[in-house]
Amino acid sequence: MITIALSKGRIFDETEPLLAAAGIHAIEEPGSSRKLILETNRADVRLIIVRASDVPTYVQYGAADIGIAGKDVLDEHGGEGLYQPLDLQIAKCKMMVAVRKGFDYEGVIRQGARLKVVTKYVQTAREHFAEKGMHVDLIKLYGSMELGPLVGLADAIVDLVSTGGTLKANNLEAVEHIGDISSRLIVNQASLKLNRVALQPILDDFTRAVNSGVATTN
Amino acid sequence: MRNWLLPEFIEDVMPAEAGRIECLRRQLLDLFKVHGYQYVMPPTLEYVESLITGTGSKLDTATFKVVDQLTGRMMGLRADTTPQAARIDAHMLNHQGIARLCYAGTVLQTTPSGLARTREPFQVGAELFGHASVESDVEIQRLMIKALQAIGLDKLHVDFSHVGLFESLIEAGAIDAALEEALYGALLSKDKTLVADLAHGLDKTIQQALIDLTDLNGDVSVLVRAQAILPPLPNIQKALHELTVVADKLNHLNVQIGFDLSELRGYHYHSGLVFAAYAQSYSGPLALGGRYDEVGVAFGRARPATGFSLDLRGVVTALNAATLAKGILAPQGDDVTLQAAIEALRDMGEIVIQALPNDQTDLSELNCDRALEQQNGEWQVVSISNSKFN
Repeated sequence: MITIALSKGRIFDETEPLLAAAGIHAIEEPGSSRKLILETNRADVRLIIVRASDVPTYVQYGAADIGIAGKDVLDEHGGEGLYQPLDLQIAKCKMMVAVRKGFDYEGVIRQGARLKVVTKYVQTAREHFAEKGMHVDLIKLYGSMELGPLVGLADAIVDLVSTGGTLKANNLEAVEHIGDISSRLIVNQASLKLNRVALQPILDDFTRAVNSGVATTN
Repeated sequence: MRNWLLPEFIEDVMPAEAGRIECLRRQLLDLFKVHGYQYVMPPTLEYVESLITGTGSKLDTATFKVVDQLTGRMMGLRADTTPQAARIDAHMLNHQGIARLCYAGTVLQTTPSGLARTREPFQVGAELFGHASVESDVEIQRLMIKALQAIGLDKLHVDFSHVGLFESLIEAGAIDAALEEALYGALLSKDKTLVADLAHGLDKTIQQALIDLTDLNGDVSVLVRAQAILPPLPNIQKALHELTVVADKLNHLNVQIGFDLSELRGYHYHSGLVFAAYAQSYSGPLALGGRYDEVGVAFGRARPATGFSLDLRGVVTALNAATLAKGILAPQGDDVTLQAAIEALRDMGEIVIQALPNDQTDLSELNCDRALEQQNGEWQVVSISNSKFN
């Protein structure tokens, strides 16, 4: 039995064509079903629907053999016990630093000020500012980061930016690009070794589908 | 105050599992013994200089440290026994020829590792010093396979790699330390995209070879493919040759053999063949090993070395759940025939617990399923449900 861990929403929607290319179709839609384990047309393949940030954990411990996880989530997790062989080129966005419009980010850095930063991506933010040699106080939030600078909780945010609409609507602007984010195919290391015969064809189908542009690009 | 709570990732091992671990420990040490591996007991703590030197920074941050009140020097609680075995080989034994050592004991690590998520693995291992070519690697690999099979793990998969492949690409490409570290991380997770990004701007052959490494995993056909597509550097030829020898010599051992040429675990202190064993019932490596010829340099006497180790705390979880052997409950008393009957049963390996005066212990707590009773003047073992203890 091969178990594939996915999260609902954008990642699931954009993964469906890739799964189809590997001959895998979910029998039920996660949108309409409340089941967490979805059977597929293949008796030996099932999908499990988990929170996006939990996908690497399920795969790391072998509860799932394969998973689809954003690079943002993988960087936070650290990637222990995982292979991430394939960039699926889906769910693309950017990890950015953003501040309130008019805030002199560069100027404040030059003065060596200690910034307050709110983010869900603590590891990513810590590494980014350490690389720049900046001292920052990180405050972990679980959502609506954009609010931070507006209500005086922080000077800056580190967050995913897709279209920039939310930033704009909240009078924020992106000042620094930390990295490009897209979804990765991740594989449990022991599974790949022990069940190669079953897993490799799926990985190959995914690779071919990505290279031929089956996946939605945006 | 809940001051009886243990720190995170530190636990008591309870009777069923502790009994199983101890049984496995004996089995493994007996096996090592008949293969000529001598048992050593290195100390739990020693100066960090000897504990960590030559093994890379990962072991340094994994080591708990304390200040020695006698000398003011820093001591570390061992996080890995292998460097201690290397130190013993280099200076204590001082053999000119081959030395075979084995060990078993707890090590402490600052962060939990492996699937067992413990900071106190129970490390059992065997090391062979003083022989530089592939035959000693094969001896160690055979011993590892035999050890895992002996404790009941069948359907093993053993995966091989060779750090010489990556090393010679780094050397041929004159790649600096920072990029080497980044490439190492990317190869470990087979992040092909990142490897391609990092290798951008390097010599085309080296660049392609680094990217190819992420795909070179699978059965023995990988070696043929590697021979065809990797650049013909002398050290790459040597590494592929050693891997081929291993494939030949181990293929009759009733294990599945795999090759994964981007596997670089322990790259900072391994120097040749590296290997890992997996079993269906466990989602991570069960035993790890490899060649580490450079470690002894730190002790002033470089000796070729190869070995393997495993964490028994992890390995037990791959086996069927441990059950406690049931015992026999005997009545109190100094009666000579009773004592003789108890000793006879104990000599046969039975667990016999003799009741104490005013013993209020619940029968289920004693874990006995039988009782010793006198019937027609003879001491007989009867099922506990039929006995008067019930």
